[in-house]
Amino acid sequence: MERIIKSTVLRELLRPLGQIVAFVLGTGVILSILMFLISLIANKSAASLALIERNGIDLFTYTLINLPQVLVDGMALGFVYAAIALGYTMVYGVLEFINFAHSEIFAMGAFIGVELLLALNAAEKLSNITVATAFGWLFVAILAGMAASGITAVLIERIAYRPLRGAERLVPLISAIGVSFFLQDAIRLTESLTSGQFHRIFPTFGNFDERVSVLSFNVASTQMILDIPIKSLVVIVVAILMLVGLNYLVNATKLGKAIRSVAQDRNTASLMGINVNFVISMTFLIGGSLGGAAGVLYALKFTRIDPFVGFMPGIKAFTAAVLGGIGNLTGALLGGIVLGMVENFAGAYLGVFTMGNFGVEYKDLISFLILILVLIFRPSGLLGEQVSQKA
Amino acid sequence: MSLLELENIHTYYGHIHALKGISLTVDEGEIVTLIGGNGAGKSTTLRTISGLVRARHGSVKLSGHEITKMPPHQIVMSGVGHVPEGRGIFPRLTVQENLEMGAYTINNPAEVKRRMEEVFTLFPRLKERIYQKGGTLSGGEQQMLATARGLMLKPKILLMDEPSMGLAPVLVDAIFDIIKKLNAEGSTILLVEQNALMALKVAARAYVLETGRIVLSGTAKEVAANPDVKKAYLGG
Ligand SMILES: Nc1ncnc2c1ncn2[C@@H]1O[C@H](COP(=O)(O)OP(=O)(O)OP(=O)(O)O)[C@@H](O)[C@H]1O
Ligand SMILES: [Mg+2]
Repeated sequence: MERIIKSTVLRELLRPLGQIVAFVLGTGVILSILMFLISLIANKSAASLALIERNGIDLFTYTLINLPQVLVDGMALGFVYAAIALGYTMVYGVLEFINFAHSEIFAMGAFIGVELLLALNAAEKLSNITVATAFGWLFVAILAGMAASGITAVLIERIAYRPLRGAERLVPLISAIGVSFFLQDAIRLTESLTSGQFHRIFPTFGNFDERVSVLSFNVASTQMILDIPIKSLVVIVVAILMLVGLNYLVNATKLGKAIRSVAQDRNTASLMGINVNFVISMTFLIGGSLGGAAGVLYALKFTRIDPFVGFMPGIKAFTAAVLGGIGNLTGALLGGIVLGMVENFAGAYLGVFTMGNFGVEYKDLISFLILILVLIFRPSGLLGEQVSQKA
Repeated sequence: MSLLELENIHTYYGHIHALKGISLTVDEGEIVTLIGGNGAGKSTTLRTISGLVRARHGSVKLSGHEITKMPPHQIVMSGVGHVPEGRGIFPRLTVQENLEMGAYTINNPAEVKRRMEEVFTLFPRLKERIYQKGGTLSGGEQQMLATARGLMLKPKILLMDEPSMGLAPVLVDAIFDIIKKLNAEGSTILLVEQNALMALKVAARAYVLETGRIVLSGTAKEVAANPDVKKAYLGG
């Protein structure tokens, strides 16, 4: 008995890790091969010649040199998307509705985390500190962001969604959009009242901006250096811990089983003695705090946040959730990783390959193209079941 | 005092008046059956008792305590088990997890384990399928799982909504045997059945429902002997 319990615990911890590795490797390898093929084909093109003229290297070499960086950054972005996407997909699972306010729940986490760090910075708590202390404060900021977003999400559900539960599907959706605008303006108002500025900059502290060289080797006389910004590493590690933790919570705990039961059949779940409203609140708390942590990580990675910071990552994560199969937790993970990597590949290579005609500013286009294609050709997503056979 | 007591219950779906003043009682240790045609309001009666739909008027009492306005999960915790119509299996949970959900309110894992072994002796088929997802079971197996899951709670009173629906004749007999056995061990059961013949055989008392009203009640023998009942539900 003891052994069985232990192995279940182990299985529920190892399975998501395995999935993460498989998804990252799979996506990374496919995208890399694709890029190599394209660069080989285009190696004699005008774009390549222009590049040789400017930088002295051809397209293929350019692709090769940039690849490690692109992969790592894509991974970091992908995990952030995955963490946000889980919030959409969990709420969809239990309520069958898209919580469009989730992007502002994410922004709320980013602002609370950054405000906390800015306050610490103003109190000179962040200067001349050890690396360990820096990590400690970052951890505190992440926790604060999680708490703020989690509580915000629970309140939103209680105030704006629960009273509408029996209503037509469109009604809570409109309510969600309203909440979304309300929160955006609430953040904007508070920020401008307190400092006269809408945006905030993640304070520089600790060693998060430094890079660590992971490896360097030669491929056909080209030196490849893989040095990763420490903040990307932090994003990746924290996100993986959260994703594994969530998987454990949902698959191996009593609360997780209750969440899955409510998602599958709310009435029958209540006949089991499950307090359905409580479980729905917990779902918002968990999804919201994942979003909040993602918000702080996002601020760490991209430094500048403003009240509209949630919009793009939010809609991208929604795309990721749909891509993986909305309502499916593994799907959100896969969708996030795929989307983050595709987007980063597009951002890194689009400009050079099109001689600047399509620059990095078009990378969002790729994400939305994916959303549209999925909705047309495979609305149930990569891992989703057939929409019609929803249990 | 009866274990379960419904008094003048009126239930609506929107403006459909589904129950028009239902009063009934179930005593401790009794099997009571509720029979009636399609749409008579049998399921609605059970759903009103367990709080899935709200009575607009009237009261439901369990051991004399009002439970009419309690949320469903509290009604379950007070000791009302409900095996719903159409089974309500969790399709993406395994058989084992489905049974665990039946014992959700019990916090002692060893006790849950023990009860699971108990229901496996009643339904050995389920034990063979323990890691299979509920949605992949056959219809009959799902019905067994729903019944087994209802038993995990060991409720004071078990509401069963058409437990024999969709079962092969030999399994129908098996289900009714189990109902008799449970009752012999002291369980109280309120049984809704299309199979009036079988239901009237195992029940002590019966109520006949028509369009939201009780039109006849009495001991199962009396009801079975009623000419109208014979004609309408017992095939002449
Ligand atoms: N969710 C609902 N919305 C609207 N009307 C409903 C709903 N559920 C049941 N009804 C109506 O309430 C009445 C009673 O339905 P109920 O399900 O209680 O009947 P029943 O006696 O269980 O029938 P059956 O033997 O077919 O299961 C019917 O007229 C039905 O159409
Ligand atoms: Mg019915």
